[in-house]
Amino acid sequence: MALQAIAFYILAAATLGAGLLVISAKNPVHSVLFLIAAFFAAAGLFVLLGAEFLAMILVVVYVGAVAVLFLFVVMMLDIDFAALRAGFSRYLPIGAVVATILVVEMVAVSVGVAERGAAAGAVPLAPTSVTNAEAIGRVLYTDYVYFFQAAGMILLVAMIGAIVLTLRHRTGVRRQSVVDQTARTPATGMRLVQIKSGEGLVE
Amino acid sequence: MTIGLTHYLTVAAILFTIGVLGIFINRKNVIVILMSIELILLAVNINLVAFSVYLHQVTGQIYAMVVLTVAAAEAAVGLAILVTYFRNRGDIAVDGANVMKG
Amino acid sequence: MGAGLIVTTIVLAPLLGALIAGLTGRRIGDRASQGITTGLLLLAFALSCFTFYQVIWGAWSHPFITEIAPFIQVGAFKSDWAVRIDSLSAVMLIVVTTVSALVHIYSWGYMAEDDSKPRFFAYLSFFTFAMLALVTAADFMQLFFGWEGVGVASYLLIGFWYKKPTASAAAIKAFIVNRIGDFGFVLGIITTFWMFGSIRFADVFPAVAAHASQVWAFAGYNWVGIDLACALLFVGAMGKSAQFFLHTWLPDAMEGPTPVSALIHAATMVTAGVYMVCLLSPMFEFAPVARTIVIAIGATTALFAATVGLAQNDIKRVIAYSTCSQLGYMFIAAGVGAYQAAMFHLFTHAFFKALLFLAAGSVITAMHHEQDMRKMGGLWRRIPVTYAVMLVGTLAITGVGIPGLDIGFAGFYSKDAIINASYAAMRDGGGAAGFAFVIGVLAAGLTSFYSWRLIFMTFHGKPKWGPDAVPAVINEDHASGAQIETHDEPLEDDHGHGVHDLDPHEPSWSIRFPLIMLAIGAAGAGALFVEQFIGEDRAAFWRGAIFTGPANHVLEQIGSLPAWETWAPLAVTALGFLIAFWMYIQNEGMAARLAARRGPLYLFIYNKWFFDEIYDFVFVRGAKALGDLFWKGGDQAVIDGLGPNGVAFVSARVGRRIGKLQTGYVYHYAFVMLLGVAGLLSYALYAWSR
Repeated sequence: MALQAIAFYILAAATLGAGLLVISAKNPVHSVLFLIAAFFAAAGLFVLLGAEFLAMILVVVYVGAVAVLFLFVVMMLDIDFAALRAGFSRYLPIGAVVATILVVEMVAVSVGVAERGAAAGAVPLAPTSVTNAEAIGRVLYTDYVYFFQAAGMILLVAMIGAIVLTLRHRTGVRRQSVVDQTARTPATGMRLVQIKSGEGLVE
Repeated sequence: MTIGLTHYLTVAAILFTIGVLGIFINRKNVIVILMSIELILLAVNINLVAFSVYLHQVTGQIYAMVVLTVAAAEAAVGLAILVTYFRNRGDIAVDGANVMKG
Repeated sequence: MGAGLIVTTIVLAPLLGALIAGLTGRRIGDRASQGITTGLLLLAFALSCFTFYQVIWGAWSHPFITEIAPFIQVGAFKSDWAVRIDSLSAVMLIVVTTVSALVHIYSWGYMAEDDSKPRFFAYLSFFTFAMLALVTAADFMQLFFGWEGVGVASYLLIGFWYKKPTASAAAIKAFIVNRIGDFGFVLGIITTFWMFGSIRFADVFPAVAAHASQVWAFAGYNWVGIDLACALLFVGAMGKSAQFFLHTWLPDAMEGPTPVSALIHAATMVTAGVYMVCLLSPMFEFAPVARTIVIAIGATTALFAATVGLAQNDIKRVIAYSTCSQLGYMFIAAGVGAYQAAMFHLFTHAFFKALLFLAAGSVITAMHHEQDMRKMGGLWRRIPVTYAVMLVGTLAITGVGIPGLDIGFAGFYSKDAIINASYAAMRDGGGAAGFAFVIGVLAAGLTSFYSWRLIFMTFHGKPKWGPDAVPAVINEDHASGAQIETHDEPLEDDHGHGVHDLDPHEPSWSIRFPLIMLAIGAAGAGALFVEQFIGEDRAAFWRGAIFTGPANHVLEQIGSLPAWETWAPLAVTALGFLIAFWMYIQNEGMAARLAARRGPLYLFIYNKWFFDEIYDFVFVRGAKALGDLFWKGGDQAVIDGLGPNGVAFVSARVGRRIGKLQTGYVYHYAFVMLLGVAGLLSYALYAWSR
């Protein structure tokens, strides 16, 4: 158990530290990289909790897709790094105070919940014969199939939205239009005709 | 000491606050806003999974998966907006986004 | 024809004329309008003569009331349109219809060059109708209706040439000052209704004796009901008859055409106040305090108007102030209890004052609309008929006669009767009556002076016009000088005549005929009717129309007065004549030099004792200041400021301030959300921990 505690503290510290550095880094590329670090540490926390499937999903989706996407965009935009200073706004003092209050309250709520709520005196789930993936799979396509389909819809919409927002038609570029090609009639088409030399084209 | 539910919730709370702070204390970088949102959603995920483990139900993890999906979709669309924003303005300073000023 | 039909026709015929001429005058033309109105009025006159004859000597010996239609009925307050005929109203019918008919005839010639003849005749007939409704009223409501009706007619007629700003202003002034009097009048009617429960004369008069000591406790003082009612009613008479304090409208009313001045402001409307007091003699006999007020105001008016009339230069204004003064006399008579003498003076005064006004109008026409006496002179050869009738009128008003033989012109009988009555009342122990007696004698002398001054300045002396004109001595600006009587626009019909080309001549017959008729009345009406009005036959004449209380013996004592007293009025009259003769005939120019010195006494009486200035300062400016206070301070600042304008302004300002919260920056919004979340969480914790 001590090992578990140590692991927990290390991973927690890593997550929080990375988070802080995300918001305070001067260079946006550094921010993204710290974000990736935060994701990894959070995945570690998940493993510690016994939700290894979710941890892997976190790594694959968040790190592999989202963070990489961030990186792509940051690289693509012609950002003037020199002009970016990490100038914190003047709300930092008051914001810090309010944030501290918020944290304290949330922690108080958590403590209260943990002591009085349904999770009072709970112990983590002991590892059983059912793996995390199987446990999820058992309910995902049966009880929560609608959520599953809805998630698919959301992804579809996001994809379409992203295309709609950023697609630009460049003028002057010739493209192939398959629709026009397959809808070609003899009137609009081309024909190869053998012409005797010296003669013209006769309809 | 035994790591209990409270520990995980505390971590999530602090991470959540960091994310919120990130939204409004930065002035120069729209990307940081998007990343702060990702941090917030991560904190929520931690909360959900912790509860699911300590309450012996797998529902929390299902929710965490849906949140994950939504976060990914939102990141995609948000970055598309960012790209458009950059195309129109040439920089990503937050101060310029005050057209809705009343 | 039944009596009811006759008297109803008398009252309604002028109304019919007014409606026809007023509504269709432009279509039927000038001649038809004039003819119809004058014809209907002559009909009313003829029927009035018939009525008078029947009431006094004939078959209609008992007073009767002809009900025409119901008017108002609200609870116990009941009023009907009716015509009441008794000796008092019969006398007034004669006065009103005679003078009105003669004025209608006179206006044919006088208004010949005017463009709006139908309107003028319609207004004249409407006035006559209102006045007749007033004198034949059987209850306070119709009296008040007639009261207001003549006020409206006066406003319309004074402002007849409405394009002239001074005329419009004078009309408004007349109406407003009348209104102030009417306020008191209405309060008096209300008091009467409250005391007696009815406003019909037939109900009120018999009940007065029983209510004589009814008091009303208000503001820590016990007001005697009858005294209060009579005093308030007299305030109305003060306004209508231009008594002291409410007199300021009468001189300015001379802005109207001269026939209007003759009809309304000499013979009829201004006498409505006197008529009312005499009609209400049953009430006034039980109101000693009110009668003292009447005597005091009447005497003061008589003196005041006589002094102001001494220095006026406009011929019509002199006669106007003379009217005011004579009305004071009438009120003196009513106050001491000699109501019959007041009515008699009203009767004779109607004749000679209308005569004087109409003759003045003839002079003005002859002088091409010139009204300033300082520019006249030497006219007696040019317009002899006018001169003759004006002499008759002046002899009448100054009361020339021989007391011992009881021979004289009209004013001699009536004015001397008033002075004698006040002396008798003083002998009976009245302090106010003594004051009135002294004033009466003094004013008689002043009356004589200014009346003869008018004759001498106008008709005698060296002419200030014509080929051998003597320069007129005029030494102040036109603003305070005489009015120029224009019709609608400034004198364009002067035909280029200057003062040297003036050629006065006698006016047309339509102007001369009424003058001659009135002169006959002014000369003989006194002698003819003195016995009926105030003499031995008065009981048979009045037959209860005028009520005299048991302690009132004033009229009976007129025959037993000391000799010096009966000759005193004639003595002061002769003195006034001599002084005027000396100043204006023998030492011509002396008066002009005196006026040029502009001494304080002259200025005081020339400026009408500065009443207009005082009223303007106190009331007009005060009212305007009050109005401004309520308008700017109350309406604009408070109501608009707190209400629509203020709310709109504050809304816009607050909205703009709150709008600044929308900065457009997302991170501001997020910060606020964070604050909200923190707050809600705190509250949730707090609620949860309890």
